[in-house]
Amino acid sequence: MSFKDKFEEYDWEEVKASIYSKTGHDVQKALLAQKRTLEDFKALISPAAAQFLEPMAQLSRKLTQKRFGKTMHMYIPLYLSNECTNICTYCGFSLDNKVRRKTLSKDEILREVEVIKSLGYDHVLLVTGEANQTVHAAYFKEVIQLIKPYFSQISMEVQPLETTEYEELIALGLYSVLIYQETYHKEDYKKHHPKGKKSNFNYRLETPDRLGQAGIHKMGLGVLIGLEDWRTDSFFTAAHLQYLERTYWQTRYSLSFPRLRPFSGGLEPKVEMTDRELVQLICAYRIINEELEISLSTRESEHFRDHCIQLGVTSISAGSKTNPGGYAVEPESLEQFEISDERSPAQIAAMIRERGYEPVWKDWDQVFVQ
Amino acid sequence: MLKIADKTFESRLFTGTGKFSSAAVMEETLLASGSELVTVALRRVDVNDPQDDMLLHLRHPQIHLLPNTSGVRTAKEAVFAAQLAREALETNWLKLEIHPDPKYLLPDPIETLKAAEELVKLGFIILPYIHADPVLCKRLEEVGVAAVMPLGSPIGSNKGLKTIDFLEIIIEQSSVPVIVDAGIGSPSDAAKALEIGADAVLVNTAIAVAGDPVAMAEAFKMAVIAGRMAFEARLGNQENHAVASSPLTAFLDYEL
Repeated sequence: MSFKDKFEEYDWEEVKASIYSKTGHDVQKALLAQKRTLEDFKALISPAAAQFLEPMAQLSRKLTQKRFGKTMHMYIPLYLSNECTNICTYCGFSLDNKVRRKTLSKDEILREVEVIKSLGYDHVLLVTGEANQTVHAAYFKEVIQLIKPYFSQISMEVQPLETTEYEELIALGLYSVLIYQETYHKEDYKKHHPKGKKSNFNYRLETPDRLGQAGIHKMGLGVLIGLEDWRTDSFFTAAHLQYLERTYWQTRYSLSFPRLRPFSGGLEPKVEMTDRELVQLICAYRIINEELEISLSTRESEHFRDHCIQLGVTSISAGSKTNPGGYAVEPESLEQFEISDERSPAQIAAMIRERGYEPVWKDWDQVFVQ
Repeated sequence: MLKIADKTFESRLFTGTGKFSSAAVMEETLLASGSELVTVALRRVDVNDPQDDMLLHLRHPQIHLLPNTSGVRTAKEAVFAAQLAREALETNWLKLEIHPDPKYLLPDPIETLKAAEELVKLGFIILPYIHADPVLCKRLEEVGVAAVMPLGSPIGSNKGLKTIDFLEIIIEQSSVPVIVDAGIGSPSDAAKALEIGADAVLVNTAIAVAGDPVAMAEAFKMAVIAGRMAFEARLGNQENHAVASSPLTAFLDYEL
């Protein structure tokens, strides 16, 4: 049994029609419910919920503060490589994008780490493209062992791996893995991923199951907003989360909401999501899941991030570079996407404090996995 | 005065350090609470950094630190974490928390008992966070814990003493102090816990996320004092029916 079995019970168009048919009455019921279901989630992400945005935001803030207090967790990505053997229509690292490729050496990684540490970070997110010949499980093992003395919390956003590979990385100190399905629309997925290992929809879909079986402490899901109807994709994400929470009950879960950003050779979003709609989605997730960790990256604007701090978001990146060597080694190498909020971590931390929240730099310890 | 292991406490209000808007607000709140035992999550502090912000704000002679193992999922992980805490924070006191379920943070009784037994042998003063399970409390007592910390309701829920029937059994049977931990949402919940005979309460969320944490800490401080005073003064029995002030047998007390 994996999520694939559950997923195949659904029909994309039926789900979509069901979301778009929700009424204001359904939204009110969802807001008042003691225990909320995926049907309530459909109502909260429906067009009908737009007029309930303020009460949704108020409830989202209340639930977030109850569970997470007035804290905001800080993390930063470290791009190890932009090599990639996939063709993806929306990504700067795509194989058909003719730019110079780079994978960091051990010395270069340590130079990057030095800068990241000087910014105050204790939680690092390792990011790569998908190049299984050069950036593979053995490489990740070396990197984790190399940087472990410098970070309490090590997360990864790389290609899907096998269960045994995840087990080995977890034993070395890997804390969490982010794996985005990009879209749950199977046919469109094929169009956006025409070549490379990533074109295998089901292998990617079952990655969270492999992570759960490996005993990962935390995993992050998400879809790339802009590829398909965001409401329907978000329903599938929520259904996936619900399945995972029930199956791998010892794992924590987080969500991100990457919206398509400009990049070298870029794809225009098929579906635009407004700021109001993103707030609606963040609040909807919080209202149905009080424990979910919600991240907001530097893809979003300063103004938007400043105000989302108190709406349901629980972790935030700052000072991010989306190119390998971007912090110290090779600042001009190819970016995966352009960032929008360019403020330094110190500026972001000050903004968080001004809003009455505490920036949290450390929330895990390697001693737990000795 | 409450005695746990080798320490005595005037205040029966123990507190936590999570969810505050800043370390300075946390410090002011904890001082207002009068708490002398404050639990701190090992995962939140950098024990190698003498300038760790949270630890700096907890340096007061009256505050004893109670490191906790929040984040571990097994007895084995808890033992590692405990040893790190003892070395880094120079205390053998430990709030043993093993909750593999990150959704409701409910404690794992099997791993907790295993870890408690091991850690007591290693010389730790163990205060285990557990479900309100009277049998588990006795088993933990047998392996040598210094106190038990049964929950009132799920952590952070502010739902109060949902487990009150079992708390009463635990309090009645326990030979070690009983600290009601988790779910206490209001000063009246804390007072109630003390009234039924709990030795202390541990409160975090209800104080940290209050509109005015400092004022709320003072309210809890007073509630705990009142609750204990009521317990010591021995509450009158509850009756399900009215008790006549002129009972049927009153005629026996006088003659016409």
